[in-house]
Amino acid sequence: MIASLDAGGAPTVDAPFGHALNEVARHNDKIVALTADLSKYTDLHVFAAANPSRFYQMGMAEQVMISAAAGLAREGFTPFATTYAVFASRRAYDFICMAIAEESLDVKIVCALPGLTTGYGPSHQATEDLAIFRGLPNLTIIDPCDATDIQMATRAIAEHRGPVYMRLLRGRVPNVLHQYDYRFQIGRASLLRDGGDVLFIATGLMTMRALEAAKRLRADGIHCAVLHVPTIKPLDAARIRDEAAKAGRLVVVAENHTRIGGLGEAVAAELMRGGIHPRFCQIALPDEFLDAGALPTLHDRYGLSVDAVAARVKQWLEA
Amino acid sequence: MRDGDAENTAGAVSLRQRACRIRRHALRMGEVQGQGYIAQALGFADVLAVCYFHALIYRADDPEWEGRDRLYLSMGHYALALYAAMIEAGILPEDELETYGGDHSRLPMSGMAAYTPGMEITGGSLGHGLGIAVGAALGLKRKNSANFIYNLLSDGELGEGSTWEAVMSAAHHRLDNLIAVVDFNNQQADGPSQETLCAEPLEDKWQAFGWHVQRVDGNHIDALTTAFDAARRHRRRQPRVIICNTRLAAGVPFLEARERNHFLRVEPHEWAQAIAVLDRANAR
Repeated sequence: MIASLDAGGAPTVDAPFGHALNEVARHNDKIVALTADLSKYTDLHVFAAANPSRFYQMGMAEQVMISAAAGLAREGFTPFATTYAVFASRRAYDFICMAIAEESLDVKIVCALPGLTTGYGPSHQATEDLAIFRGLPNLTIIDPCDATDIQMATRAIAEHRGPVYMRLLRGRVPNVLHQYDYRFQIGRASLLRDGGDVLFIATGLMTMRALEAAKRLRADGIHCAVLHVPTIKPLDAARIRDEAAKAGRLVVVAENHTRIGGLGEAVAAELMRGGIHPRFCQIALPDEFLDAGALPTLHDRYGLSVDAVAARVKQWLEA
Repeated sequence: MRDGDAENTAGAVSLRQRACRIRRHALRMGEVQGQGYIAQALGFADVLAVCYFHALIYRADDPEWEGRDRLYLSMGHYALALYAAMIEAGILPEDELETYGGDHSRLPMSGMAAYTPGMEITGGSLGHGLGIAVGAALGLKRKNSANFIYNLLSDGELGEGSTWEAVMSAAHHRLDNLIAVVDFNNQQADGPSQETLCAEPLEDKWQAFGWHVQRVDGNHIDALTTAFDAARRHRRRQPRVIICNTRLAAGVPFLEARERNHFLRVEPHEWAQAIAVLDRANAR
């Protein structure tokens, strides 16, 4: 079994993306998939095993994988292309930009190891992928939270016409959102819990962390709302403004990404444009190349663990 | 050859005239803007004449017809040349050349799919076309299509690593429905291609990557028709490449004689002179 994110005691689902894609492909014969030598590491091997004739192994060649996905889309197919987020965003950017986004082709780029989800160091840590892709017109950007989110988002992006970049948790993926009254919709933020002291605006795995931190802070009498924002672009600006405009709450944007150019700055800009000025804090990765090491340690060091999130919120409230 | 146009299996003379007329359309567009990649268009006109009037299956009035062969222009700056060929082929109306490069024109200076009927891809960021062609060739096979995909690329694009990813990929996937056509005019932005980043020995490289390779005089109509026929009829399950050695500004001797330049300067009065040269050649 490949390295998976520590579920922190939560139940897990095995390879939710691969199984969800199989389910979608059963009803849609236009779906094909490509990978750049990372099928086993993006859960695409599940699709490859079930649909060998619809799977293309492109080898360790991200540029041609992305270009070929564009070519398949031109011929009427809906390709899902997988690799690691670093390779899609850094190495294949021009091909995603010009071959796919500029013509709004129906290609879904699904990438494992987003943000800080490996201890391999900067070569594998896509801490700036959202910043890179947010500037790209036509591209929908999704950062799902957990297995439930990944399953629903996979179905949704398969039906959506146009290019999508989706961050992926792979392997044994924690499952949290099934406990909430939640449905993934592209472009929609969802309030998972309400509270009068703090508003977390969170995306990706940081929504799980925010939910756990909210439970802990509740024991200390601190009431936290959690607004989950799985779609980074187009951003649900109206919902974000509405929630942030409710008086008296500390707004904490939490993301598994550098503090530059991700959800935090996107939210800040929307609030400025809307004339909304709450107390605003960011939980995000520093503007640094991060250390290698053990992932739980790194999440503590860089402030993404539940302990770190809860501690910082308390500090901010006491300041 | 156009679909349903069996009469058009033109001989060498007719193709020569087609090439002449493609050059003329290109010069007229160049004159509209007072500039353009005219040397490339003139040099590549014979190849395009053979593409549109000998090799390709298409319907001029239905550029998105499913049964067409696909022609990808990877080198977007050759758009002038492709518009000229598509005007000659009846895909674009001739009077539209007056709009070339202007506001709201369907004929922008770099080729883009969203703007122009018959323009299959957005080229211009060099090293993209062949990779997209790999995917389209896979797609055509999925649809059990017998059509070919032709990807036109320039010698400069051989410097892009992505081109070689695509070369390797096409052979790996045994894409016998893919024909790459390289315009080898040995001139790129900063000088001769061989001195900028040498791609030779080119035939050996493509061969070693698993392709069927031909290298021909790209300004010799008979050599081109023979090469395109051989590429289509080749039986082995491998992709095919035709490397076309072309002369910049071919067909207009006084421009051809000018110092070799990636972006050929033409004085305002010279456009008409060049068109006159072509008209005399065409009348012969």
